[in-house]
Amino acid sequence: MKENQYKYILLVADNSLILAQRLGELCGHGPNLETDIALTNISLDLFGQVRSYYQYAAKLMGNNATEDSIAFLRKEHEYRNVLLVEQPNTDFAYTIVRQFLFDMYHLLFLQELQKSKDLTLSAIAAKSVKEVSYHRRFSSDWIKRLGDGTEESNRRVQNAVDDLWVYTDELFHQTEDDIAMVKEGIGVDVTKLKNTYYEQVKSILEEAAIAIPETAYFQKGGKHGIHTEHLGYLLNDMQFMQRTYPNMEW
Amino acid sequence: MTENNNILSSGKSASPLGQLDSTVLSILQSISDPEIPVLSIMDMGVVRSAVVENGMIKVQITPTYSGCPAMDVIGDDIKSALKKAGYTADVELVLSPAWTSDMINEEGRKALEKYGIAPPLDVISDKKALLGNEKIVKCTNCGSTNTKLVSQFGSTACKAQFQCNDCLEPFEYFKCLK
Repeated sequence: MKENQYKYILLVADNSLILAQRLGELCGHGPNLETDIALTNISLDLFGQVRSYYQYAAKLMGNNATEDSIAFLRKEHEYRNVLLVEQPNTDFAYTIVRQFLFDMYHLLFLQELQKSKDLTLSAIAAKSVKEVSYHRRFSSDWIKRLGDGTEESNRRVQNAVDDLWVYTDELFHQTEDDIAMVKEGIGVDVTKLKNTYYEQVKSILEEAAIAIPETAYFQKGGKHGIHTEHLGYLLNDMQFMQRTYPNMEW
Repeated sequence: MTENNNILSSGKSASPLGQLDSTVLSILQSISDPEIPVLSIMDMGVVRSAVVENGMIKVQITPTYSGCPAMDVIGDDIKSALKKAGYTADVELVLSPAWTSDMINEEGRKALEKYGIAPPLDVISDKKALLGNEKIVKCTNCGSTNTKLVSQFGSTACKAQFQCNDCLEPFEYFKCLK
């Protein structure tokens, strides 16, 4: 029971950790000062949410687990994040499209998680939902601005949407832990979010003059620990200090 | 990421501040947000409760934003200020009910404005200011509402950046969080 719950929390929280780390890479490298600050603000919100989830997971786990050991000392295949969030910051369009595709899901997800029978998870969700609605506002604004902007910005957003679209279906894929937690009234049934998600995403993309990719082929694996090659490099960066100087503290 | 102060609780908030003596309250009142030094943590609504349990003062605080790095510092400040006055304190972080910008009281709003941060508007005006580019946020320097949004995100998670079109002063706006 607890094992399921622990794994479920990772399934939820790892998305935010990996995306936060990706956004953190842009600190000092954003296209302009305001965007740089915005992206790192979003990153900070996500890291904050992750801390709450991991502190709770560590408590459930016992065995001297801490938020830090969960964040820094797992191996690549032990991370449960979706493939979408580990995709690299290829250019600003990719960064924004990745953010948009995730934010749209994240908000729908948190709105449901607020109803969880697990009071800690529902409290974290209630806190996070306010922050994530700002994220969604930011990323969908940029989608419209770039998509409906110049020929060049439209082309780049279209490219990013075409490339990242294959990772969207995984958001609604259920693992065993998902199914077990939905039964307990703790988890969110993600399959029920799918239609709303695609409706909302498509309506914003259409407004942004971006064509919806027509593909029946989708990639998945992250939720089972099978990742794209990008995650290893990201973890290498993120875990460097703990691996090199074990047990170091800030 | 230290574990300091971050015992997570779903927040069965204990009885509030009433039963504490005035010394303890004034100590808590004297502690400020390290990022907005003019704003007391009491006026900001960050202290959720403080009760005496077995000779120990148990203080519950709540973050404005999940990632707010000030929370660890605030927790340490509370402990050390109370220790100086001869009390032992335990600080617990609670998430529920989630903090909203309505929890900033009138003194807090005044302190913000005086410091150069426009206090949060109500939720509808906030949306208009941040999305519709309507001119409603008042410049903290000259009082004009002829201001423009520069960025929805500012130097900390809780603020957006504005500029006054009349006196040209850049200033921050404390976002409405509800």
